[in-house]
Amino acid sequence: MSAAAQADTPRLAGEFARSRAAVVGAGVLALILFAAICAPLISPQNPYDLAQLDIMDGKLAPGAKGMDGVIFLLGTDDQGRDMLSAIFYGLRISLGVGVMSTIAALAIGMAIGLIAGYAGGWVDGLIMRIVDLQLSFPAILIALVLLAVLGQGVDKIVIALIAVQWAYYARTVRGNALAEMKKEYVDAARCMAFGAARIIFRHILPNVMPPLIVVATVQVAHAIALEATLSFLGLGMPITSPSLGLLISNGFAHLLSGKYWISFFPGIALLVTIVSINLVGDRLRDVLNPRLASHYGV
Amino acid sequence: MVAFAVRRLTQSVAVLLVMSLLVFIGVYAIGNPVDILINPQADQAEIARATAALGLDQPLWRQYWTFLSGAFAGDLGKSFVANIPAVQLILERMPATVELALTAMVIAIVLGIPLGLLAGLKPESWTGKTIMAGSILGFSLPTFWVGLMLIMIFSVQLGWLPTTGRGTTVEVLGLHVSVVTWDGIRHILLPATNLALFKLSLLIRLTRAGTREALAQDYVRFARAKGLSMRRVVAVHVLKNIMIPIVTVVGLEFGSVIAFAIVTETIFAWPGMGKLLIDSINVLDRPVIVAYLLIIVFLFVALNLIVDFAYTLLDPRVRLAGARS
Repeated sequence: MSAAAQADTPRLAGEFARSRAAVVGAGVLALILFAAICAPLISPQNPYDLAQLDIMDGKLAPGAKGMDGVIFLLGTDDQGRDMLSAIFYGLRISLGVGVMSTIAALAIGMAIGLIAGYAGGWVDGLIMRIVDLQLSFPAILIALVLLAVLGQGVDKIVIALIAVQWAYYARTVRGNALAEMKKEYVDAARCMAFGAARIIFRHILPNVMPPLIVVATVQVAHAIALEATLSFLGLGMPITSPSLGLLISNGFAHLLSGKYWISFFPGIALLVTIVSINLVGDRLRDVLNPRLASHYGV
Repeated sequence: MVAFAVRRLTQSVAVLLVMSLLVFIGVYAIGNPVDILINPQADQAEIARATAALGLDQPLWRQYWTFLSGAFAGDLGKSFVANIPAVQLILERMPATVELALTAMVIAIVLGIPLGLLAGLKPESWTGKTIMAGSILGFSLPTFWVGLMLIMIFSVQLGWLPTTGRGTTVEVLGLHVSVVTWDGIRHILLPATNLALFKLSLLIRLTRAGTREALAQDYVRFARAKGLSMRRVVAVHVLKNIMIPIVTVVGLEFGSVIAFAIVTETIFAWPGMGKLLIDSINVLDRPVIVAYLLIIVFLFVALNLIVDFAYTLLDPRVRLAGARS
């Protein structure tokens, strides 16, 4: 961070804080992150240690007392697992997958976009046709096809989430890189006879990166929602990595018999996570880069 | 215009070919269907016979060639599970999906445009802010979660609406349709609302943004200065001008509604082709997956083409720019 940007930080923070919704969102997000990171420390039980589960405690309503007198705040699932603990652990997995895939997609998309913008010609044409082709199909369809092909697993779903996101970054970066390349500092770097790699990554990259990081914040929410949807459809996370989507999916069977809490509370956790990330991300975008509009320019 | 049409058509055919190759290669990598379809106790000879019967012993390029020449004749292989042509299986399920998607689109348009106008005309009012907050929620909520909540509230708690299937269908022009019977409407209401929610939020935002933009234009001020009532200015002048982007988006989004129907159909057990896709992925019914994807790709390419042409006809500025290049 440059000195000028450091001097800007308090001003930007002040501007950020002018939106009450964004401040609440940031607070909630901090709590969620805390719960996800410290899940083993704050959970009433380890929901995946079978020794701690008692099948007799199965399907207890929220606030009910278990066989050994423990109170289950959010109820239990069919195996007697405390839903609150399952949600903490689920948040860990959902957030982990969302953040990891977004960072990887950002890095890959950025590299490809920079190469397209810098190279121009047929390389640019080819890459942009692929990007156009991919962006003309809904993310969920592409992810479904990939998972149908690759099979299940945490690594597979991360690959699918990267595959549906990279094109968006590549297109944005290419546009920004083209604009940057018209500027004099790139000409100057070329006159110094720097190599293409050095100009791309040392000169152009730092100038196209900041707006993208803001976009990526909101994309984390999309990635989490998509992962949850895929897991709900039974094509996402394996049973050994119960994300929020998988918890909701497990509870679906019991929903019709009125045992709503098994999928309701994980759903609320998912919802609060997505909304708070969106609130923070949207506000960051407004504060840092007012020119950048969301999809469809609205 | 002719040159433009020919160029766009050629592009579309190229996209179809590339996608058919990608889909074929991609799906080819799914495990060996023979393992799933035949008895695990079968001996080598039986396995070989089944493999040959399914054409899986041929080299990859020959399988693709057989597949491609079949595709042109409308034959994409037989479903491994149902043992009837995959295309027939999908076409049988398609009317249910199209009905669901159209109903969802109608709900989104009928609610979205008036709400968006309202929010655009009075952005600072309590109503405008509530509408926008609702649309932000509609964007953030995952479709499947909203579907579960709809079932929980309207079926389990209140017991008003059924949760699965299409209900009584009536044959109209050879197609089974739900929306003409009361029972059918009761069945389609929840899934269609679920599917409409995202597009509804999108339309609200689009209409609102378009309205705010149009209101600041000189022609609106001029129409007001002429003494026209606000009602007439909005209904005639503003609405006409925001229709072009809205028509485009509605056309383009129809494909994505069909794609998102996969989720809604799975939740509400709606017997459409989206549910068929998920069922087929679960049992690795390769021909059905491939046929579904190709039909969807064809649908998307066709929709893009139609929207492009419609756009050229609707907006003279696009037409002129196209003629010059």
